[in-house]
Amino acid sequence: MAKQRKVYVTESGEPVYGVMAEFATPADVYHAAEKVRDAGYTRWDVYAPFPIHGIDEAMGQKRTKLPLVCAVIGLTGAGLGYLMQWWMGGVDYQLVVQGKPYGTWEPNVPITFELGILFTAFSTLICMLAFNGLPRHNHPLLKKERFLACSDDTLAICIESADDKFDPDQTRALLEKLGGKHIDLVEGD
Amino acid sequence: MTTLHPDEAAARRLAGLSTGELPTYPVPPGTGDGSLVDDPAVRAPLVLNNRSFHDITEIVCGYAEKPPGKWWLPLFGLSFTIAQIGGLFILYLIITGIGAWGMNNQVDWAWDITNFVFWIGIGHAGTLISAILCLLKQKWRTAVNRSAEAMTIFAVICAATFPGIHIGRQWMAWFLFPIPNSNAIWPNFKSPLLWDVFAVSTYGTVSLLFWYMGMIPDFATLRDRADLRLRRNPEGPRVLPIFALKVDTVRAYVYGFLALGWRFSSRHWHRYEVAYLVLAGISTPLVLSVHSIVSFDFATSILPGWHTTIFPPYFVAGAIFGGFAMVLLLLIPARELFPNMKDLITLRHIENMAKILLATGMMVGFAYSMEFFIAWYSGNQYESYLFTNVRARGPYAWAYWTMIFCNVVTPQVFWLRICRQTPLIVFIVSAFVTVGMWFERFVIIVTSLHRAFLPAEWHMFWPTAVDIGIFVGSCGIFLTLFLLFLRFLPVFAMAEVKAVLPQASPHHHDHGKDGH
Repeated sequence: MAKQRKVYVTESGEPVYGVMAEFATPADVYHAAEKVRDAGYTRWDVYAPFPIHGIDEAMGQKRTKLPLVCAVIGLTGAGLGYLMQWWMGGVDYQLVVQGKPYGTWEPNVPITFELGILFTAFSTLICMLAFNGLPRHNHPLLKKERFLACSDDTLAICIESADDKFDPDQTRALLEKLGGKHIDLVEGD
Repeated sequence: MTTLHPDEAAARRLAGLSTGELPTYPVPPGTGDGSLVDDPAVRAPLVLNNRSFHDITEIVCGYAEKPPGKWWLPLFGLSFTIAQIGGLFILYLIITGIGAWGMNNQVDWAWDITNFVFWIGIGHAGTLISAILCLLKQKWRTAVNRSAEAMTIFAVICAATFPGIHIGRQWMAWFLFPIPNSNAIWPNFKSPLLWDVFAVSTYGTVSLLFWYMGMIPDFATLRDRADLRLRRNPEGPRVLPIFALKVDTVRAYVYGFLALGWRFSSRHWHRYEVAYLVLAGISTPLVLSVHSIVSFDFATSILPGWHTTIFPPYFVAGAIFGGFAMVLLLLIPARELFPNMKDLITLRHIENMAKILLATGMMVGFAYSMEFFIAWYSGNQYESYLFTNVRARGPYAWAYWTMIFCNVVTPQVFWLRICRQTPLIVFIVSAFVTVGMWFERFVIIVTSLHRAFLPAEWHMFWPTAVDIGIFVGSCGIFLTLFLLFLRFLPVFAMAEVKAVLPQASPHHHDHGKDGH
């Protein structure tokens, strides 16, 4: 049985989503991320208006399996595309074209290829969103006015209260030690 | 990093509203606007004037948030009117039948197919820039990829119109796809025309997905800015004075819906970047396949002038050539109309694209000469007759030599550095190339068809008013869509531009500079 995690609430009774701190430069947030990772936190994130080079390693994030999933779906698409042409042109509706045999594979190559690409493209976008838990239009962070600057030029770290190691005082102290500015609680769940 | 330009003139300039004065940052002498560094040890800046992250946001969001200059509405009105007239001609064609194109012989479908291949070719630069240059780690692509992708989508829309209406019974267009029907028949999968249906529709769909995925973070930025303005000033401007609905409410909902709740999480960015790479990886063979398959339409027939194996690479090189010319044709004026675009699209960007024009122009020129060589070398009398007696000397020789002049001769000026670095010259050459690439398709289609095997088939092609109206109308559709894009969507990939700024690197050390 999983350990019952603590639920933190503010004085007004709102649940606490986490603690957020802002950092001045990509270098600062990069080094802070390494420290948060080393402190053993797992449910936390770096928010930045652009992908910071190498931040996934600094955060200890494993490489996503997305390409593998997309490859499987793409090959399925190509297979279905071939099957469709073989069945329609070779079995169900046999048409004499230029005296060529029914159901030959050579003319099926372009459409097989195109359908493989089409399936891969759709699966890439859909998997990217699904793995990221999107679309999700309401989120505690998006209610926080200071957080919205992350879409412009602000870099932030937010450690979630759902993390096993989360402690309102210690987590805040850690972020303060790492040079975080405007450290604040994020309310909501 | 969060430095705002204090004076309002600079702020207006940042928002693209006024030309104003350039902030006084020293530009090394002999480097044009500062981007034309010759020293190979010095990396040319991708964004000029030491823009901060916030500057980039202000510049790019400014296009979508602030009213554009006075030029926008008249230009939009004009192109929209042209698009409408084109639509009326299409309506006339559907009501009357394709006889309105003068279709009483095999040559008279010329303009329709020419326009289709012309537009689909133009659509190739966008995916080339976003996919192939992404795989090659060409960082300069970030300044032009969004608008080039937009142009791709709009060009594919224009291209798809032509096969859609040339089938004669337009209400049967769904027969192009293998949809179960009461006649119990399926399309002929051995026909390159069907491959083309799949290639073009896949290309359009994948380009749209690629474009949209790239815009998700930028939509989120626009959403957050609208949201912030609403929180700070709930009494913002209204859509119409009589309604309580605020402009920013509409923005927050529309951009917010499109942003899908993106919140700039680095864990999301990781999957996003991998997904982007996957899309770039699959789009690269896709972009090469599409025009190859378009060329199969011709190459798999037995008509002299069409029946050649050089067509796929020749068409792809021509598509990249024509596509880049169109990118330059749109972005050089845009850069003048929005002066602050010059910080993002530098002379170096224009020079790079001019070099691509030169390189692909040479490939196209090589293909033209190789067609002649093979016509002679093959000893095929029909083929040699077509090239020596028809293309270069026949009644359409003027079209052939226009094509040679525009596509092979004019880009040669780019051997001179001064020509590559002067936007006006690049613009003029791009205009020539666009005309030349239209004529290339016209020459391939008409000269081959109008002297087919039987002299009874010989016929000259003259466009009818409907031909001209629909082609001009398609240019109107293209320009209308591009102007709407400039007005309402993020014109630059903000997140990508920010990521290539020097201060975006976690290993960047600010050598005692100020906040910029």
